[in-house]
Order: sequence, then C-alpha cells, then structure tokens
Amino acid sequence: MSDNGCGFPAPGLHSFLFKPLFTVGGYDFNKVMLLALITTLLVITFFAAAFGKAKVVPGKLQMVGEAGYDFVRRGIVYETLGKREGEKYVPLMVSLFFFIWIMNIWSVIPLAQFPVASVFAFPVVLAAVVYITWVSLTFKKHGFVGFFKNVTGYDKTLGGVLPLVMVIEFFSNLLVRPFTHAVRLFANMFAGHLMLVMFTVASWYLMNSWMVPAAGVSFVMTMVMILFELFVQAVQAYVFVLLACSYVQGALAEHH
Amino acid sequence: MSALQALAADTVHGSIGSIGYGLAAIGPGVGVGIIFGNGTQALARQPEAAGLIRANQILGFAFCEALALIGIVMPFVFGT
Repeated sequence: MSDNGCGFPAPGLHSFLFKPLFTVGGYDFNKVMLLALITTLLVITFFAAAFGKAKVVPGKLQMVGEAGYDFVRRGIVYETLGKREGEKYVPLMVSLFFFIWIMNIWSVIPLAQFPVASVFAFPVVLAAVVYITWVSLTFKKHGFVGFFKNVTGYDKTLGGVLPLVMVIEFFSNLLVRPFTHAVRLFANMFAGHLMLVMFTVASWYLMNSWMVPAAGVSFVMTMVMILFELFVQAVQAYVFVLLACSYVQGALAEHH
Repeated sequence: MSALQALAADTVHGSIGSIGYGLAAIGPGVGVGIIFGNGTQALARQPEAAGLIRANQILGFAFCEALALIGIVMPFVFGT
C-alpha cells in the first residue's frame, strides 16, 4: 500500500501480486494459477460436453458450442487464411480464442476479479506458441533462404532502398512482432484491472461525510468500466487470434 | 543524470508522469478518432461490406489503443 499523504490506498503493482495459496516442492501456487487452471478445465470440459456426443440435430449445449466454434472459424480464420488452407488451423485458433476470452472474463466475475492475462507470463507464452507456429511454418514452406526472404520482405523491384527495408522488416517481423503481440493483450488487461481497482477503491474511500456524491460518481464509473471491460476483453481475444491468423497467413503466402 | 534531467529536476515538480501520460494519450486519441470516423464513413458508403469493415476497424482500434495502454503500463515497469 503506497502512502501518498491522504491515506488513499492507490492501486499499483501490488494489486497484481498474490500470496501463495500453497507451496508444492518449492513452487508457489497462487490465485492467478488457480484461475488459469480453472479456465483450462472449463474450456476443455465445455467443448468435450458440447461435441463429445455430437448429433446431426444439435442439442442446446452443442448449439452454443457450434456458434462459438463457427464464429472463430468463419469470422476469423476463413476471412484471413481462406477455406482450404485455414481449416487446419481452426482448432488452434478456437482454443486460443476461448482460452484468452475466459481468462480475461475473470476480471469482472465476483470473487475472482482478476484478469489472468494481466500477469505478463501468460500472454508471453501464448504469443510464443503463435510465434513458434508461424516461424516453423515459414521454414517448412519456404526453406532456409526462403525464410529470410519472407521475413525481410525481399523484393528486387525496390532497388536501392532494399537493404534498409530488409533491416527494418527483419526487426519488425522477428523481434518487435511477438513483443507487441504479447504486450497488447497484457497492457489492455493490466490497465483495465487498474481502472476497475481504482474506481472500486475510490468509491469505498470517498464514503465519508460530504464526499458521498463523489463516491456515487465513482461507483457509477465502476459499473461503466465493467461494461467497457467486457467489451475490451472480447475484442482483445478477437484481435489476438486475428493477428495470429494474419501471421500464419504471412508464413504461408507465396513470395512475389 | 543528464543535463536535461538535472534541469527538469530543478524546475518541474509534482506528478510529471501524469502530464507525460496525458501528452502520450493525444496520439492514440487522434488515431482512434480517425479509425472510427473513417470506419463509419465506409459503412455509410458501402453497407454491404459491413462485416469486413468492422473487423478491420476493430483491428485498427486495438492497434491504436495499445499505444495508450503501453503508456499506462510503462511507469510501472520503469518507474521506481
């Protein structure tokens, strides 16, 4: 808790650190890991329950599952990769989308109230999965020389500026791209959580004497931010998967 | 400490980070405005392409917004 003179417990980095629930062999198990674990089980059991005994005429659960699956398949994968080449990547993208979305939704669920993706390690690992996927795909598709031609945007017609373009593209594609991919998700969830914590704590802190109207405003802002966060959470999951698809598309593209 | 920092330490006081973030948020603000403005215009001109326009609009929005959010996060990463 930071002391800023007025006793307001401002949210900060300490809002993202948790005491371990229990320790197994030197490894601390905390709330964030618990939420991530629940998310994993939730996604797996939901899709297993929805498609375990798939029928031609779907039941209620299968209907919801199909709607979610089809949203990612038609809305994201087919739009970027196309029907023929995209089909192979649908399972990866569907799992990524729902995993990230549910991880984010914990942000506004009472008792949990923490977006798992606001701990940097989670977006990093997810971005690394996508990174390894498209890098290995590029190698497989284009070979060793083709890989560097692909990631540096090699194009003879550029002439004199070609070396400059190649250097920029090389850094932008191989180093900056995975970083921003992870940071985008992380920063959104981090900032969103800070906002929620700040308005929630403020509406408690201002609940004294003549400041009560301000507490009311802060409470209304909390509610508004929760609605906005619900939107942002879905958008971030969508954007993460959309970018993953466009990276894979870049890896599969023929060089021209 | 560089000369600039020494100068700033002598003259500027208070929550400088907040001012910095306010300045940093101008760019993404303009960007988000342009994206939604042009997105709405595109939707009005060609309503049948709504799905494609909306997808790209949201993508651009996320790109822009990320800059402002990185601005929020950086003080926590580099601040002391």
